[in-house]
Amino acid sequence: MLSRRIIPCLDVHEGRTTKGIKFKNNIDIGDPVTMARMYYEAGADEIVFYDITASHEKRNIMIDVVRRVAETIFIPFSVGGGIRTVDDMRQVLLAGAEKISVNSAAVNNPDIIRQGAEAFGNQCVVLGMDVKHVGKSPAIPSGYEVVINGGRRHMGMDALEWAQKGQALGAGEICLNSIDADGMKTGYELTLTALISENVSIPVIASGGAGTPDHLLDVLTKGKADAALIASMVHYGTYTVPEIKKYLDSKGVKMRMGW
Amino acid sequence: MIAIIDYDAGNLTSVARALSFLGFDNVVTSSPDQIFAADRVIFPGVGSAGSAMASLKRLGMDRVLNDIYQSEKPLLGICLGTQIILGHSEEHNTPCIGIVEGNVLQFDPKGKESDGSPIKIPHMGWNRVNIITPHPILSGLTPEDEFYFVHSYYPAPQSMDHCLGMTFYGVEFASIIGCRNLIATQFHPEKSGRAGLRILKNFCEWTPC
Repeated sequence: MLSRRIIPCLDVHEGRTTKGIKFKNNIDIGDPVTMARMYYEAGADEIVFYDITASHEKRNIMIDVVRRVAETIFIPFSVGGGIRTVDDMRQVLLAGAEKISVNSAAVNNPDIIRQGAEAFGNQCVVLGMDVKHVGKSPAIPSGYEVVINGGRRHMGMDALEWAQKGQALGAGEICLNSIDADGMKTGYELTLTALISENVSIPVIASGGAGTPDHLLDVLTKGKADAALIASMVHYGTYTVPEIKKYLDSKGVKMRMGW
Repeated sequence: MIAIIDYDAGNLTSVARALSFLGFDNVVTSSPDQIFAADRVIFPGVGSAGSAMASLKRLGMDRVLNDIYQSEKPLLGICLGTQIILGHSEEHNTPCIGIVEGNVLQFDPKGKESDGSPIKIPHMGWNRVNIITPHPILSGLTPEDEFYFVHSYYPAPQSMDHCLGMTFYGVEFASIIGCRNLIATQFHPEKSGRAGLRILKNFCEWTPC
């Protein structure tokens, strides 16, 4: 049986790892290459790098960081932030990433998903979605709206419709981030996660809100997520990846326990 | 020297990086001369069977692979590289190289996991391999080891004799194939952590008998 994946997420700003509360007041917490190696050795199943400033400050992602990470860890990792063209994707994949994730670039130009999937295969293209609860309306039937630029811009797009469209365009996976839950450490947005996961046929990574191992248990069972993103709960040493995996394993969630 | 065959299919650099990390000299190449001169050959691949076969034929690599197999040099197929060595793929109805008899089939979207939940496609993530035939390339692995898979089609060799390991994902499929000097994994050893590196190291030190 396929294991559920535990995925530390490293937000990268100018080559350093940060973790902010609701994307503001970012605090510098380390070198991404060292942190990636640490998580690899601790049994992380995958690692996500997200260049948090690239999208709105027009910065290119740091290919050099990707290359150095690829030389030291031998599990899949994906890179997002500031990827707008097939050429951007190629650069990151050639530097050693397994997947690239597109978020606001795909909202602005959905065809980038199709182009990426055609050039590199569906498995390389992750659709990153930032989603906010706005309540049901004729324009937003699911009650969840797609936002970009760290939640600063509402796009008038229904999150469920966008997820299904992304899958149809060729995305191989969805990384679903709840802007409401992000950085709050009060648990993942379970309703949103289950809604998306049960209505697409590709894997869904839940993101935003993890504070305790129980939150992961909830999102991997009630939330129907295939994988869970974690950040501050491990970055600050509150929990370790092996602790979290042992807990989930003891609760009957299928985990990769040998590493 | 280990040659990693370059045929415009996917992330070849990750295989090269893993070999370099393990201390084995390697070259990513589409030159038949370099491939024939190498001690061992790795045939990786990410992408679709149709475009991969088209590239292989354009580069003459289909013949080179057959010759390497006949030469008895250790040959390792990975992911799409594993599927291409079979006779035919359902992906774009593609005739493949046919070093090993069998087909490549599409996962049934109605398939169920062992706990009854619906499977998602691609099969993406970590899964176990039930080793049914011991092989030097699998030495040092433990039953807890898991491997990283990313695929929507799976290999179905005609003879169970060629099946070294099986994985369940809606269907029981051959995740490791072995035949003489050829070994082929559906998962990515270069992305499978310590267990995957162990397989690569074993391959780099393997003398087929």
